[in-house]
Amino acid sequence: MNAREIVNSDRFKNLVRKRWTFSYIMLAILFVVYFGYLFLISLDKELMIKMVTPNITLGIALFVAVIVIAWVLTITYVLWANNSYDKEVEELKKMLK
Amino acid sequence: MNEVIAQRLANFQAGKADPISLLFFAIIVAGTLMITYWAARKTKTTSEFYAAGRSVTGFQNGLALAGDYMSAASFLGISGMVALRGYDGAIYAVGWLVGWPALMFLIAEPLRNLGKFTFADVVSSRLKNRPIRIASAVGGILVVLCYTIAQMVGAGKLIQLMFGMPYELAEILVGTVMLLYVLFGGMLATTWVQIIKAVLLLFGVTVLAGLVLFKFGFNPGNLFGAVGDMYGFETMFKPGGFVTSPIEALSLGLALMFGLLGLPHILMRFFTVPDAKEARKSVAYATSFIGYFYLVIPIVGFGAAVLVGQDFITGIDKGGNMAAPILAAALGGKPFLGFIAAVAFATILAVVAGLTLAASSAMSHDIYVSVFKKGQATEAEQVKVARIATVIFGVAAVALGILFKNQNVAFLVGLAFAIAASANFPALLLSITWKKFSTRGAVWSIIAGAVSASVCIILSPVIWVGLLGFEQAVFPLKNPAIVSMTVAFIAAFIGSVTAPEPESQEKFEQEKIRTYLGVGAE
Repeated sequence: MNAREIVNSDRFKNLVRKRWTFSYIMLAILFVVYFGYLFLISLDKELMIKMVTPNITLGIALFVAVIVIAWVLTITYVLWANNSYDKEVEELKKMLK
Repeated sequence: MNEVIAQRLANFQAGKADPISLLFFAIIVAGTLMITYWAARKTKTTSEFYAAGRSVTGFQNGLALAGDYMSAASFLGISGMVALRGYDGAIYAVGWLVGWPALMFLIAEPLRNLGKFTFADVVSSRLKNRPIRIASAVGGILVVLCYTIAQMVGAGKLIQLMFGMPYELAEILVGTVMLLYVLFGGMLATTWVQIIKAVLLLFGVTVLAGLVLFKFGFNPGNLFGAVGDMYGFETMFKPGGFVTSPIEALSLGLALMFGLLGLPHILMRFFTVPDAKEARKSVAYATSFIGYFYLVIPIVGFGAAVLVGQDFITGIDKGGNMAAPILAAALGGKPFLGFIAAVAFATILAVVAGLTLAASSAMSHDIYVSVFKKGQATEAEQVKVARIATVIFGVAAVALGILFKNQNVAFLVGLAFAIAASANFPALLLSITWKKFSTRGAVWSIIAGAVSASVCIILSPVIWVGLLGFEQAVFPLKNPAIVSMTVAFIAAFIGSVTAPEPESQEKFEQEKIRTYLGVGAE
């Protein structure tokens, strides 16, 4: 297959769709987590000094949670891309020859 | 607080360089210059000058990205903010991280596949080259300039505080050493400077936080408890005036998150790795290092508040910027202070070097070679022009740093992020994802984003009331991103619909094989 045929193939179109669907889902989760955190802070400041454990406030716990979730999302994307996306890319590249 | 700390604090003097800190400082500068000498022998072509010959691995680039991003402002500024204002500093720290996952999901891989040396390559790849190049290069330079002035002014004041060196001399010193890196070693030397700096900074922060936690039985809860006992939980852990309303929160969050995706010095790092897979790895490593850094920084800040005390910190510097160095002196004595001071200095040098490289690539590759010479320039000529552009920008950076000496430049970082999020990011994203994006749409979007962001910031409470002294701000929000990003996307839509380009839509389809499979990527 030549480049044009690849680009027009269903397999390639599926790959592109899958990539963006996955990306936008991850982005949506990131948005909910981060902006949810910011909204919570701006709306209820008292809530942030509730204690989750002795001496650790809810605000601190949420701070850690947002950073950890952002990191987990990034790593999830890499694992997905390495295992699923790259394989499909390699096969499509082989078809090009 | 024990007696050793009290003794060390009593001996602490700002603005006095002691031999140990000067020694560390000399070792770091000498070490990085040796790397530059080594890199200089490898830097002959444009690809080597701007993109380190695309030989950087994902891990190295991840460290270098972290080095480019973790500025002295975030190290000293955020730890100081936490020490003085408590939780508000932590909210800020979160914002500096969340752009990284977004960068990964949206543009890291296509950016690598479509680009050559600058992000303008990507925006202009399927559109009419000249107008887009000029617009995106100007947008890029604007962002880099705002960011650089803020860094240079911060750098001068810091070095003044730490080593007692006159401000102007500090500016010239930073400018000269940074120019040596970029001029002779190009991207390869700059990358290694970033890597060394990132490792030193992560190490320094880890030791600092470890020493703090050691005092509290390695239980952060005990530290927070001590902070609460000393200053009250209400004062230190309740969010203050940083995020006032949901709309303000949204606007600030958008600027921080998407501003990263429009910072030219960050984007150009993606062209140093061989392929999209390594680009992806770089973001994963960078996110890990930066996430760790921002998790640990509040411990340093709260530690300084308890072990050093807010009064002592504000006594040395009102803004709290010296909280981390004073804490280092209190916990580790003079050698550790010397080490932290040297790390802060290396941080400044590295960030300014990255910015200068980005500005010089926009000036020489985008404007001179692509627009004036229409791409017709020999390798030797391109490298020569790149070096001239580097000198011009370096000298300008020093001059502007001296000119803005007594100005409050904190807003310039906000402005840089707002313009990056509104002028550079929409055009970059749409050129990758939207088939019907046209030349007019791109130019309008960049101009509308840059102008609306700048105007809104000038009319905002920060400048209109805080700096110019008017009664009431014309634009109510502290950060304009929610408005200026919307304006940029609308301008892109109207511009593209009113002047459609069938040939660029066709090209968009052809380019997909490069965007998604990396076939034909440089």
